[in-house]
Amino acid sequence: MTKRSKLELCGVALATLLLAVVFPLLNAHGVLSDFTLNLWGKYLCYAILAISVDLLWGYTGLLSLGQALFFSLGGYMLGMHLMLLAGPMGQYAQSGQNPHGLPDFMVFLGHTFLPWFWKPFRSFSFALAMVFVLPGLLALTFGYLAFRSRIKGVYFSILTQALTYAVALMFFRNDMVMGGNNGFTDFRTVLGFDIRSPATQRGLFIATSVLLAAIYLGCRWLSRTKFGLVQRAVRDSETRVLFSGYAAASYKLFAFVVSALIASVGGALYVAQVRIINPSEMWPDKSLEAVVWCAVGGRGTLIGPVLGALGVNALKSWATTELADLWSILLGGLFIFFVLFLPKGIAGIPAMLSNALRHRAQPEERPSDAALPEPQALTGRTAVAEKQEVEV
Amino acid sequence: MSRTPLLLAAEGLNKSFAGFHAITDLNFYVEQGELRTVIGPNGAGKTTFLDLITGRTKPDSGRIAWCDDTELTELNEYEIFRLGIGRKFQTPTVYGDHTVFENLLLSMEGSRSVWASLFHRTTASERERLHEILRTINLLEKAEIKAGALAHGQKQWLEIGMLLAQNAKLLLVDEPAAGMTDEETFRTGELLLSLAGAHSILVIEHDMAFVRQIAAGRKVTVLHQGSILCEGPVEAVQNDERVIEVYLGRNQKH
Repeated sequence: MTKRSKLELCGVALATLLLAVVFPLLNAHGVLSDFTLNLWGKYLCYAILAISVDLLWGYTGLLSLGQALFFSLGGYMLGMHLMLLAGPMGQYAQSGQNPHGLPDFMVFLGHTFLPWFWKPFRSFSFALAMVFVLPGLLALTFGYLAFRSRIKGVYFSILTQALTYAVALMFFRNDMVMGGNNGFTDFRTVLGFDIRSPATQRGLFIATSVLLAAIYLGCRWLSRTKFGLVQRAVRDSETRVLFSGYAAASYKLFAFVVSALIASVGGALYVAQVRIINPSEMWPDKSLEAVVWCAVGGRGTLIGPVLGALGVNALKSWATTELADLWSILLGGLFIFFVLFLPKGIAGIPAMLSNALRHRAQPEERPSDAALPEPQALTGRTAVAEKQEVEV
Repeated sequence: MSRTPLLLAAEGLNKSFAGFHAITDLNFYVEQGELRTVIGPNGAGKTTFLDLITGRTKPDSGRIAWCDDTELTELNEYEIFRLGIGRKFQTPTVYGDHTVFENLLLSMEGSRSVWASLFHRTTASERERLHEILRTINLLEKAEIKAGALAHGQKQWLEIGMLLAQNAKLLLVDEPAAGMTDEETFRTGELLLSLAGAHSILVIEHDMAFVRQIAAGRKVTVLHQGSILCEGPVEAVQNDERVIEVYLGRNQKH
């Protein structure tokens, strides 16, 4: 193991210790307010979402503008279970208008029995399984069709955004019986604990920290396998990968599904802590924000998206109270600044500084890391393109 | 009548791009273990022919049979690769952000499935083989350097090394000497000659000194306007009236 990776693992261990032990202890002793802990729990969920964006964008070269879809779906899956738990304790049940213990919004819409697809969600294990199954299947189907048709670049981005938008519109409809534009809220318990109690929220915060660390380490492992090599080769030169015998589509599909699962886990943890989920979580700007976190933190690294998600959201929390109207302008400006001046993001700053120092120490010409020339497009290439003159 | 089995048989190939006939009624045969050199002026269809073999483009008509039994025109790029057809591109195309060693690792023969890639462990013998290749292509010292930082000639060598790692049955080598010094070119020739026999090799080249080196006593094919102009030993081809006319005719225009 190299010194560098030892250092990285120590860093992960320390950060996990800080998040999963120190923060909750400080909170239990009243140093850290419940509000702050909850806010950071939310940021950690966003960090998980950012890692899922980076796994696609930074490592595979697929700019997905639909990660908020998988994030929200994960949230909705757990949310369905929480809604069923809350039903018998809701407003209607207390006034005796809800004999079957339906979620409040259903009673409000005039439903008298539970729709069939809601029934299995009474089981926590089923809901937990669905956090993986539904987004996984959706990603598998969509990814299979998109990658088989060799949809790339900006077309892929647009399609993912369109898919997300379509699903959001679907969830807005009341006849979906998924809460319409109000979505799910007013949760009461989870696994028998009061979901609103500080102790439960502390537990959820610890769970989120540990899962974030696990996802970080999992992705780190993935990037160091041969799969990781192929994945980055697909990012840099997909056409060439085909001529190395790899079915690039299968590698992209795998990355897409894994990334959807990660986003979905993040969404489920988000809903448990923020205690509200509605279709506006799927709006295009949510997915775009996640892309900005990645760009600011530094894509193609694992620490980058985490730093980006935490940093930008901390800034957002501050800015939306201090200069509410300026937030979108600030976010856009931040994005432009990083793209122009810090393309490797926050994570790239140390390397940039040490490079600058080394350059000052010994100003020699270094061979440039020129980008790999992508072979010409598949079609439209003519033999006339041959450049060199024949000498006989 | 017995004959050496044909490795590759392209028959009646046609391909045009927006009215330009890149390949016209081309018949082309490669035998097992052969080292064949293809020359021809610009636009003769040399690279397009490689594109057709490797599945990068599909012909308008015609067929390409592999080992008498597999139809290449029905397969896609990676399926063709897996049959044992490797290609070195005209402009060196290596994975610039990967190290030299990783480039070879990616090219190494073996399973291409996602599952296998997740649990792949590079064995000691694989590592030894890749180091052997690194020695052959003179890049052992650069093993841990990013391929994008290599000099042009070194990239060419790396890409040849990738073909070696693949252990391809047929090596399609598009302009291996481009951008190399005379000495590097000569050594590239030596390398290709040492591979002939164990592998079948199809080389496209412009550098005639290089062609004379690798094609001595072997068949050279001249492509012109998408079909074969003539075929034969390198000396005969160079003195062929039609070949001279084709090249001189082009040169006069410039």
